[in-house]
Amino acid sequence: MKGLLKYLKEYKKESILAPVFKMLEASFELLVPLVIGAMINVGIANMDKNYILSMGGVLVFLGVIGLICSVTAQYYAAKAATGFAARLRYAMFTHIQAFSYEKLDTVGTSTLITRMTSDINQVQNGVNMFLRLFLRSPFIVIGAVIMAFYVDVKAALVFAVAIPILSIVVFGIVFANIPLYKKVQDRLDKVTLATRETLNGIRVIRAFRKEADEIQEFDEKNKTLTGIQLLAGRVSALLNPLTYVIINLALVVLLYTGAFRVDVGGIKQGDVVSLVNYMSQILVELVKLANLIVTLTKAMACASRIENVMQIEEGMGENVVQSDDNTSEINRCKTEMTDMSDDKTESQEAFVQFRNVSFTYKQASEEALSNMNFSVKKGQTIGIIGGTGSGKSTLVQLILRLYDVTKGSVMVKGKNVKDYDLDELRKMIGYVPQKAALFKGTIKDNICFGKPDASHDAIEEAISVAQAKEFIEKKEEGLDTPVEQGGRNLSGGQRQRLTIARALVRRPEILILDDSCSALDYATDAALRDGLSKLSYHPTVFLVSQRTISVQDADQIIVLDDGEIVGIGKHEVLLRECEVYREIYDSQYKEEVESHES
Amino acid sequence: MSHKDTLKRVAKYIKKYWFYLLCSLLLAFLTVCGTLYLPILTGRAVDQMIEQGMVDFEMLFSLLRSMGAVILITAVSQWLMSLCNNRMTYLVVRDIRKEAFDKIQILPLKYVDNHPTGEIVSKVIADVDQFADGLLMGFTQLFSGVLTICGTLYFMLSVNVIVALVVIIITPVSLFVASYIARKTYSMFKLQSETRGEQTALIDEMIGNQKVVQVFSKQEDVAKEFAQINDRLEACSLKATFFSSLTNPCTRFVNSLVYTGVGVSGAFAVISGYMSIGQLSAFLSYANQYTKPFNEISGVVTELQNAIACAARIFELIEEDPQIPDDEDAVVLHYDDGEVSLEDVSFSYHEEQKLIEDFNLCVKPGQRVAIVGPTGCGKTTIINLLMRFYDVKEGSIKVMGEDIRHITRDSLRASYGMVLQETWLKSGTIFENISMGKPDATLEEVIEAAKASHAHSFIKRLPNGYDTVIGEDGGSLSQGQKQLLCISRVMLALPPMLILDEATSSIDTRTELKIQNAFAKLMKGKTTFIVAHRLSTIKEADIILVMKDGNIIEQGDHKSLLERGGFYSELYHLAK
Repeated sequence: MKGLLKYLKEYKKESILAPVFKMLEASFELLVPLVIGAMINVGIANMDKNYILSMGGVLVFLGVIGLICSVTAQYYAAKAATGFAARLRYAMFTHIQAFSYEKLDTVGTSTLITRMTSDINQVQNGVNMFLRLFLRSPFIVIGAVIMAFYVDVKAALVFAVAIPILSIVVFGIVFANIPLYKKVQDRLDKVTLATRETLNGIRVIRAFRKEADEIQEFDEKNKTLTGIQLLAGRVSALLNPLTYVIINLALVVLLYTGAFRVDVGGIKQGDVVSLVNYMSQILVELVKLANLIVTLTKAMACASRIENVMQIEEGMGENVVQSDDNTSEINRCKTEMTDMSDDKTESQEAFVQFRNVSFTYKQASEEALSNMNFSVKKGQTIGIIGGTGSGKSTLVQLILRLYDVTKGSVMVKGKNVKDYDLDELRKMIGYVPQKAALFKGTIKDNICFGKPDASHDAIEEAISVAQAKEFIEKKEEGLDTPVEQGGRNLSGGQRQRLTIARALVRRPEILILDDSCSALDYATDAALRDGLSKLSYHPTVFLVSQRTISVQDADQIIVLDDGEIVGIGKHEVLLRECEVYREIYDSQYKEEVESHES
Repeated sequence: MSHKDTLKRVAKYIKKYWFYLLCSLLLAFLTVCGTLYLPILTGRAVDQMIEQGMVDFEMLFSLLRSMGAVILITAVSQWLMSLCNNRMTYLVVRDIRKEAFDKIQILPLKYVDNHPTGEIVSKVIADVDQFADGLLMGFTQLFSGVLTICGTLYFMLSVNVIVALVVIIITPVSLFVASYIARKTYSMFKLQSETRGEQTALIDEMIGNQKVVQVFSKQEDVAKEFAQINDRLEACSLKATFFSSLTNPCTRFVNSLVYTGVGVSGAFAVISGYMSIGQLSAFLSYANQYTKPFNEISGVVTELQNAIACAARIFELIEEDPQIPDDEDAVVLHYDDGEVSLEDVSFSYHEEQKLIEDFNLCVKPGQRVAIVGPTGCGKTTIINLLMRFYDVKEGSIKVMGEDIRHITRDSLRASYGMVLQETWLKSGTIFENISMGKPDATLEEVIEAAKASHAHSFIKRLPNGYDTVIGEDGGSLSQGQKQLLCISRVMLALPPMLILDEATSSIDTRTELKIQNAFAKLMKGKTTFIVAHRLSTIKEADIILVMKDGNIIEQGDHKSLLERGGFYSELYHLAK
């Protein structure tokens, strides 16, 4: 909870004023039993109707002031709580946005979503209640005790015994409950996951007729959740009855001692009424406090889950470089020095360069890429080919610094990618991922995703090179055609072409196509490559593909096998010298030989 | 759905747990009686101590003893009541969640395709949660609140009519204030919950596609968009929270008026000798107890309003029309051969946008159908129709001469093996994922299938082999690896007909060649539909459907299509 308090800072004024006004209200409330006591002891005893009426006036006056104070307090509390939640949500969202993909993989999307939504709601509720009641209730309890002692010390001793016992009971139950609520939220996460999964995989589930299994699995998760909810409920169900028993037994004792005090003339009957009043005020407040604490425990459990997320270090960020204090400083000097010495030889020309790069995924035992060395000149087209899992995607993602290399360095324009501002680096690059992800909005919104101020010409150029022009023009609303979430209203190929246009519209210096033409037919694929080669700004292109036909015109082809480079060169050279490349080529070439025959 | 209908539906769920409800009501009754009786005993006890030297200890002690008994009974029944309420609430919530989830499984795909995942998830999770909170509060406080009010009225009237009248006249003001506020805040809560749904959808989309957002350095813009919704949420949340929280202070103010009224009129009554001081004391604590349930009820009412708004959203999902159920006399498909014919089929996703029209096709058992055409020409649509994910608008699709609308979905889908372009894996072990189509498969069979699809070699290298747990949506597996797993599934299930949608698009050609061999074995004698790009696959097909803009423009085998010199031959020559 502590870590989250900083989001409340902006609402310091509100957070202080809310409880202050609540306390004011409470103090006026505490005076009420005294006024009643006076009514009995003075008014009734003297049969003074005017006195009774004026005391009634005092009570109404106290009520009006109480109302004003409490409305003010409610407003400030609501403002602080909702403002706090909004700040927190925003902070959490931007925080998660900075997660590296690796982090996101390990944490899981659905748990992040529950934490951002239902957990924050609980915390908002908690803060609101906290500001309203947390000071008020103890204040009334303690105030009532003090007032009781003011009425009569001996009769009030029972208060001094009852209150500590009550505190122990209340807090004991609350603390027993905190871990339980945490468990409830974790189980809820599992239920969320099951729901998300069944929605995302609905076609496969139906194709394999797994509906019944899905239902059964969900039932189990749902039942576990219910089980733990019931357990938590059973524990908190003890709270109210126990407080009731303690406070009322104290009342019995109070009457008992009160009787003796009246008998010896220590106090009057009206005083006993006042004391009883204070006791019942304490009961009312404690019930409120107990309920508040239940809300708060939930909120605390949620808060700690949120904090867990906030404590996850942001993935990449420039801070990675800074955190490796001295050693990295030295390393950087070293790299700079090598840079200088290399300058004369190759670096000037090397637009993108891999130097002894190795990379291992977290939790993986083997290296995904080992000891990569190659350099690329400006404007070249680089084909990257290799089997499934040979590391093609990983390689291009290192240029984008989606992951950090484990060893070696990736240089762009002679500068280590780690030394770039991430935005600056990524702004140079147009990236088309394997999975064509689109966003809700229009086609135009999606194309201009990375460059909202793209000119009309740039858009036209991008969609025509990406071979998206034809299908866009066929849509009645053209570029303004709405795209649903994930691009569900478009086919796989259409989505892919839009993601290509999205990368092109920035006129990037480096263009990375990560096997992004898989859903395109041969004709479209060929037209796309032709369009790319004619671009006026001559980007350096990295073309990851499965098909030799797509890469055979490239200036260099990098052949990967199991994370290692087994060949670099032009098509003809590789055909002669690289066995893996030849195998791949043959597997596809045969088709063509056959098709020529037919 | 109107308020009343929603409540009726809620009542239906509760009905199942009538026993707990009954117990809860009885226990609430006991609790309330106890709570009300105690002040009377206290009042009598106070009356035993008139002044110095005039305290009736004997009477006092017996009163204190009965107080002890009442306290214990009340506490125990209060405890049991909580247990009943908890049980009832969480079981009802469990049932609702279950029903919602069951419903998802039979919803037409159209619904799922047209609603963001985040929105549906938010209904099943967040809304149900809020509903549970409201329901629990309702059970705990509503009934006992009403009982307390009635009980107090009775006791007060029996002690002193005039003072009781004072209370009765002033209190409705409190009720009026509370219900006024509740009415006003209902729409605010609804707006809040809608805005929340909107925000959840955004989070879902952006976090789900984080990589793209990062690569395009869009974090700031996305954050801006988020902030915009967030600000709106903050504003309407503040409104809802503040206005609903006015209930308490307002009713409390009315209470203080009641309290004053009781104090003044009570004091007058004592002076005139109609009442003892002990009775006044009891009256005062009644005045507190009497108005407290009003506060609580009004609190409960706002909470219930919120809960009902949430419930309405869940029921919207539960009430959604399910897909047309299987005919009662639907045929269970026995598939020795697999003749499929499409007769005069017309279909479109949207009324205004025509897609497939008057489509005819007859596939003989064991034939291979390749569907080719430029991207986005509606190839996937045919699969949607064959699997009956969507129903045809006109015409019919027949398998072995039987209209598929007259075949159980189970047996229809069981007769197809499907590998889609979009891979989907469940969080669970590799073994579980492969054995999806054949749950009783042994490890040997699974390994066999994985070997056939060439997934075995990479599975072997995973930390725990076939028992490796993969995360949501395949976690860190590559697209190609995921696709291999999807193929393994089909290899294991060995269905009589196959649907392959660009099934090998993310697999390298060397591996693919091997898979093709395996597929060839699998396809032997099986009716197969392939959405394909690769020429070798297409060429060997018995029927090639050439699609463009949702229409089948050419149909025939490789040779005849080439001779025709139409769109297909154009495509073919381009590809070469």
